Amino acid sequence: MTVTDLNASGLRRDDRIERWRLFGLASPALLIVLVILVIPVGWLFYVSFIGADGTFSLENYERMIKRRSYARIFQTTFEVSLITTGLCILIGYPLAYFMSQLPLKWANLCLITVLLPFWTSLLVRTYAWLVLLQRQGLVNDWGISLGLWEEPIKMVHNLTGTLIGMVHIMLPFLILPVYGAMRAIDRDYMKAASNLGASPARAFWTVFFPLSTPGLFAGALMVFILCLGFFVTPAVLGGGKVILVSMQIVSNIELFVNWGAASALGVVLLMLTVGALWIASRFVRLEQMTGGGH
Amino acid sequence: MSDRKPEALPITLRNITKTYGEIHALDDVSLDVRSGEFLTLLGPSGSGKTTLLMVLAGFTRPDRGSLKFGEHEVIRKPPHLRDVGMTFQNYALFPHMNVAGNVGYPLKLRGVSRAERAERVERALETVQLAGFGARGVDQLSGGQKQRVALARSIVFEPRILLMDEPLSALDKKLRDRMQIELRHLHEQLGMTTVYVTHDQREALTMSDRIAVVNNGRIMQLATPQELYEQPANKFVADFIGDSTFLPVSRAGDRLVAGGVTLKTTRPAPQSARLTLMLRPERIRLMEGETGDANVFHATVSELVYQGESFLLYARLADGSELVVRGAIRDETFRSLPAPGATVTLGITPADTVVIADEDR
Repeated sequence: MTVTDLNASGLRRDDRIERWRLFGLASPALLIVLVILVIPVGWLFYVSFIGADGTFSLENYERMIKRRSYARIFQTTFEVSLITTGLCILIGYPLAYFMSQLPLKWANLCLITVLLPFWTSLLVRTYAWLVLLQRQGLVNDWGISLGLWEEPIKMVHNLTGTLIGMVHIMLPFLILPVYGAMRAIDRDYMKAASNLGASPARAFWTVFFPLSTPGLFAGALMVFILCLGFFVTPAVLGGGKVILVSMQIVSNIELFVNWGAASALGVVLLMLTVGALWIASRFVRLEQMTGGGH
Repeated sequence: MSDRKPEALPITLRNITKTYGEIHALDDVSLDVRSGEFLTLLGPSGSGKTTLLMVLAGFTRPDRGSLKFGEHEVIRKPPHLRDVGMTFQNYALFPHMNVAGNVGYPLKLRGVSRAERAERVERALETVQLAGFGARGVDQLSGGQKQRVALARSIVFEPRILLMDEPLSALDKKLRDRMQIELRHLHEQLGMTTVYVTHDQREALTMSDRIAVVNNGRIMQLATPQELYEQPANKFVADFIGDSTFLPVSRAGDRLVAGGVTLKTTRPAPQSARLTLMLRPERIRLMEGETGDANVFHATVSELVYQGESFLLYARLADGSELVVRGAIRDETFRSLPAPGATVTLGITPADTVVIADEDR
C-alpha cells in the first residue's frame, strides 16, 4: 500500500504547480484581452441603448429599421465584401496554386513578394492607388498613350477604385491559407489520380481542388470578415460614393456627435460578423484560419 | 465484368537512360518482363529502382529509350492513358473519399455505371478480404487495411500490368510477412504482370519469380531468387543478398587458392582477373574428424553470439581474414560449441564453394 502511495501526493502537487505556471504565462495576454476587448464591447452595447436625451432608449435601433438608407448601407457593405472576396479568390487561388507547384526555394521567394505589401503602411498603399488611378494618373496616361482607351477613365472615387484597393489589400489574407493548404497536399495523390486514369484537369477537380477547399474557405472567410469592417481604403478610394457601415459610424461621430447611433451600428455590424462566422463554422473548422489543425 | 483473367502483357524496356545533371539515375537499362511474371526490382536506396518504376508508370520522363507494353510503344504516353495499376509507398488513398469512393474512382473515370461500380468495388474489396468496408473513412483504417484498399483500387479496373512501390515498407514485421504471402497468392489468382520495388532482400526472395538487382542505375543481375543467392554474378550482388564474407582468391596455374587452401569447386571460375570466394555463413560447417571432400580451413574462434534460433561464430584464419559461421541451435550443438580462443575446423562442400568475379558490375 505504502509503495503505491509513494510520492503520489507530491507528484500531484507538482502537476498542479506546473499548470498554474502555464496559466501565469498567459495572464498578461488575458488581461489585455479583458481591457481592450471585453470592457469596450460591453461599453459599446451600453452606449447603443442610450438615447439623445441621455436615458435608456431603443431609438438608435429604431432609426436603423425605419430609415431605408441604413439598410442600403448594410447591403452595400455586404455586396462590396462579397465582390472583393470573389475577386480575391479568382486572382489568389490560381496564384497560390502556381506557388504550391514551384520548388520550395522559388515558392518562398514568391511568398515574400506576396507579403511585401504588409511591410508598407496601409495608408501609403491606399494613397498610392489614388495617385495611380486618378484622371491624370499613371494608369490612365499609359492606357491612353498605348491607345487602349481614348478618354481618361474614372477609376477612383467610385466602386471600381474601392474594389481595386480592397482586393489589393486583402489578397495576402486569401493567398496564405490557400497556399498552406495546397502545400500540405501530398503530391502522390495527384500521381495516384493520374495513374488511375484521370486527365490532369480531371485529377485537379476531383482530387486537388476538394483537398484545397478548407484553405480556400478559411481564406475567403478571413477576407470577407475583414472587408465588413474595412474603413481606410474604401473611404479614401470610394470618395464618399461608396458608403460602408464603417464610414457611417465615423460620420455619426464626427458629423453628428451621436455616440449612441454609432454604437448601435457597431453592435449590429458585430452581430452580423459573428453570424457570418457562425454560418461559416458549420462548413469549415475555424482553427484552419490560423493555419492549425487539419 | 467478365470472370476470365485479364490477359497479362509483357513489358519491354530498351536503353532507358535518365540523368539528373551528372548523376545517371538510369544508365542504359534494358529489361524484359515476361507476361504474367512477378518481377522485383531490388536495390539499395538511390539505386534507381524507384526511378525505373516511375518510368514504367509515366511519372518520370527518361532522356531516351523505348518502353513497350505488349506490342505498343508507350514511352511518350502520359500516365493517365497507360492503364497500369500502381500502389504507392504511402498508399496515397484520397482522404476526402471513403473506401468505396477510393476503390470506385478509376471506374468512375472510365464511365462505369453506378450499379456496376458498386458491384465491382465490392468484389475488389472481397479479393483483398475487406468485404463490407466500403463506407469506412480512410482515416479509420489500420496500416494493413489501407494497404489492402490501395491494392483493391489498383486492381479494380483490371489493368494488365501492376506496379508496386515498396508497398509493405510501412507495415510492422509480422503483418509484412503475412502480406508477402497474400500478395503472392493474389498475383497467382489475378495473373497480371507485376513489377515490385523493394530494398528488402528477404521480401524479394520470398515473392518474386525473378529479381533484378539494381545499383547505380544499372541492372547488376536478373535471375530467379535461387540463382541469385547461389550464383551471384558479381560481388555487389553477393554482398547485397544474404550476409556473406569474402576471401580473395589467387590463381596458381590451374588451381584456385584462398586462405592457403587449394579450392575444390563444382563450377568453373569466371574469366575475371580478380576473383573472390563467397562464403555464406550458414553453408560453413563446424567439422570434427572426417572432413570428406570439403574445402577445409583452420581458424581460431574470436567471438560467439547467441541469437535464439541460431548462433553466429566469428573465426579468424591464420592470415588474419575473418569468417562468419551461422548454425542452427539445438540443445546438443550449443553445449558443444567451441569457446573463444579455441581452434576449429571449418568445412565447405565443393558445391557451396562459389568463386565469383571481384567486381561491382
